[in-house]
Amino acid sequence: MNRLKPDVLKRKAKSVSMQSYYPMWFFLPAGVIYGLMFLVPTFASFYFSMTHWTLFDQRFIGLDNYREFFNEPFLLKGLINTFLFGFTTAAGKVTLGMALAVLLTSNIYFRGLLRSLVFFPVLVSTIGIGITFSMLMDPNTGLINQALELIGLHGPRWLINPDLAIFSVALVEIWRGVGLATLIMIAGLAAIPTDFYEAARLDGASARQQFWRITLPLSRPAIATVTTLSLIDGLRTFDLVWAMTRGGPGFSSDVLASVIYKQYQAGFYGLSTAGNVILFVVIAAVALPIVAYLNREER
Amino acid sequence: MKTTTSLSALCLAISTGVGAPAFASSHSGAELSMLTDNSPNSVSVANALVTAYEERNPNVTISIEVRPGGSEGDNIVRTRLATGSMTDIFFYNSGSLLQALNPSRTMVDLSEEPFMDRVSPSFQTVVTQGDGVYGIPFEAGMGGGIFYNRALYDELGLEVPLTWGEFMANNAVIKEQTDVAPVIGTFADTWTSQLFFLADFYNVLQQDPEFAEQFTQGNRKFAESDAALTSFSRIQEVHEAGYFNEDYESAGYEDGLRMLANGEGAHYPMLTFAVTAMLDNFGEKVEDIGFFAQPGGSANANGLTVWMPGALYISQTSDHVEEAKDFMAFVASTEGCEVIVDTIGASGPFLVETCGLPDTVPQPVADMLVYFQDSDRNAPALEFLSPVKGPSLEQIMVEIGSGFREAQSGAELYDRDVSRQARQLGLSGW
Repeated sequence: MNRLKPDVLKRKAKSVSMQSYYPMWFFLPAGVIYGLMFLVPTFASFYFSMTHWTLFDQRFIGLDNYREFFNEPFLLKGLINTFLFGFTTAAGKVTLGMALAVLLTSNIYFRGLLRSLVFFPVLVSTIGIGITFSMLMDPNTGLINQALELIGLHGPRWLINPDLAIFSVALVEIWRGVGLATLIMIAGLAAIPTDFYEAARLDGASARQQFWRITLPLSRPAIATVTTLSLIDGLRTFDLVWAMTRGGPGFSSDVLASVIYKQYQAGFYGLSTAGNVILFVVIAAVALPIVAYLNREER
Repeated sequence: MKTTTSLSALCLAISTGVGAPAFASSHSGAELSMLTDNSPNSVSVANALVTAYEERNPNVTISIEVRPGGSEGDNIVRTRLATGSMTDIFFYNSGSLLQALNPSRTMVDLSEEPFMDRVSPSFQTVVTQGDGVYGIPFEAGMGGGIFYNRALYDELGLEVPLTWGEFMANNAVIKEQTDVAPVIGTFADTWTSQLFFLADFYNVLQQDPEFAEQFTQGNRKFAESDAALTSFSRIQEVHEAGYFNEDYESAGYEDGLRMLANGEGAHYPMLTFAVTAMLDNFGEKVEDIGFFAQPGGSANANGLTVWMPGALYISQTSDHVEEAKDFMAFVASTEGCEVIVDTIGASGPFLVETCGLPDTVPQPVADMLVYFQDSDRNAPALEFLSPVKGPSLEQIMVEIGSGFREAQSGAELYDRDVSRQARQLGLSGW
């Protein structure tokens, strides 16, 4: 009990000092902007998602929009694809990012150059990447399939095969995002004290053992960060899918965000808003437990 | 509803407040703004009309803004109208898409204007909501059907088909005797996949003359009407027979025009506005291209499905309604259509009644005009007879045309899409 007291006191003193440092009304401008630009639209969207909305009129219809979303085969397809896309890209970025990070922290030639090269796609505009890759992936004239032809392989119909399209986009997303994942992983690896490796080597541990027993467990915070970021990125992805396939062929590569956008384009504003609320809930439901888990581990 | 009204009232107040001095000096000059889509035709027509009008009215200047076409453009137009930030004059589709803009609350009613007497009644019906008439035709009327290679037809001794069976037989001959792709598909531009369906509507009406009214009231379903279901299955038949070009899934509209002009493909289902683009890019070769209406079940009832052009409208938030109306009067006049013909050529019949066509027109246009000579041989597309058009049609047609959905299931999916649109429009019976 006694030991706790100074701690509590200190915290109190700190919060008092923070309160008195600036008067409350200093927070007002920021609060008003945040309220008007973020809180009001957010809560308004919960309301509008339960209406029939034409921008000119609206009529309250309860949960009909949500019912519609879950009953419509191609809207549901978007939801499934969103999870497929989110988990595939997150898994890809974590494994590839880890492998690249291990490679790029070892003693190899051109390490600096290679690090830059891996990071480079992060700097390019997503739409640019999408348009470039949709040309590269063209089954007849695209460079990828022509290159495969040279080594005697018949390349797949990347964006045209409806079963493959969403995974082709996911592949490009992994290429685009792996640079950032690698960067975080490298930072995570750099934080592992070298003493562990020295001790392990003295005990005769192989490189493989060192990776599984030291590197992997100790870079868990980095892995968790990359997983969270990639999952959230993957679940709310829109620009890459839109630039490459527009959800096509047919509805085969639609994700939640592209479905929402198409409903908006069609003028189904209420339905589109309901989609946004669903997307919000999905991302929150996936991200919150991971973030909570991550925070607990770090304490 | 409340927020939108007050918002537009606010915008109106702001804009009139700012606009008042400008209006006071409008004797010496008014500045109008106009929004058009980014298709080469619209941009050049808009520029030519504005230049011609400004020459005659030196005290008026009209600035042109360009927006994307397709559903991205729909977004822009709807949002700008809803937020009261629309230009004075704007270009937009007629027919079903117009209905979704709620014209009676956003646009200036032109029904009392003297120049409307010159606009053909058939066009007026597609820019009408309730008692109001809101637009004037911006370009010429169009037909939806099938472009074909006349040279190839001559070489193989083929006849223009009057029934779907004859069309498929021609395709069989082309496939057997040449390397030319019998039918050009360009699914990368998904909208082009709709033509076999949309251009079949004349044939639907022959079997079911009341389809449009019954459909609007919610009494006809595509999946349950034999005539309409046939429209869905046309593209499936072409796909199953293997008549499409090899890269039909990844080729786009521009590729389609190139293949048609260069003789790499024999048939291309398309709207006749493509004639202008072909003239621009391939010049003389257009004379080898012909056009016929999409054939249906019977040779005795063969006719063309007709598209109305987009229209110019005046926004209710405009400060220069009178000046804008004067510009509209110019566009809907003989002088106006002469400017249009000089700019993009004669691509179809004009819907301003004082306008004629030049004596020589490109071959596909001449082929199309034949159907206009007899009123029994043409009928409007469904989107001009009913306000209901589902937004997912192009994706559904791509699925059917690529062979991963059956026509029947596509029709059922489209019925749901359509009913969502009808409920959004607040129609009864859905």
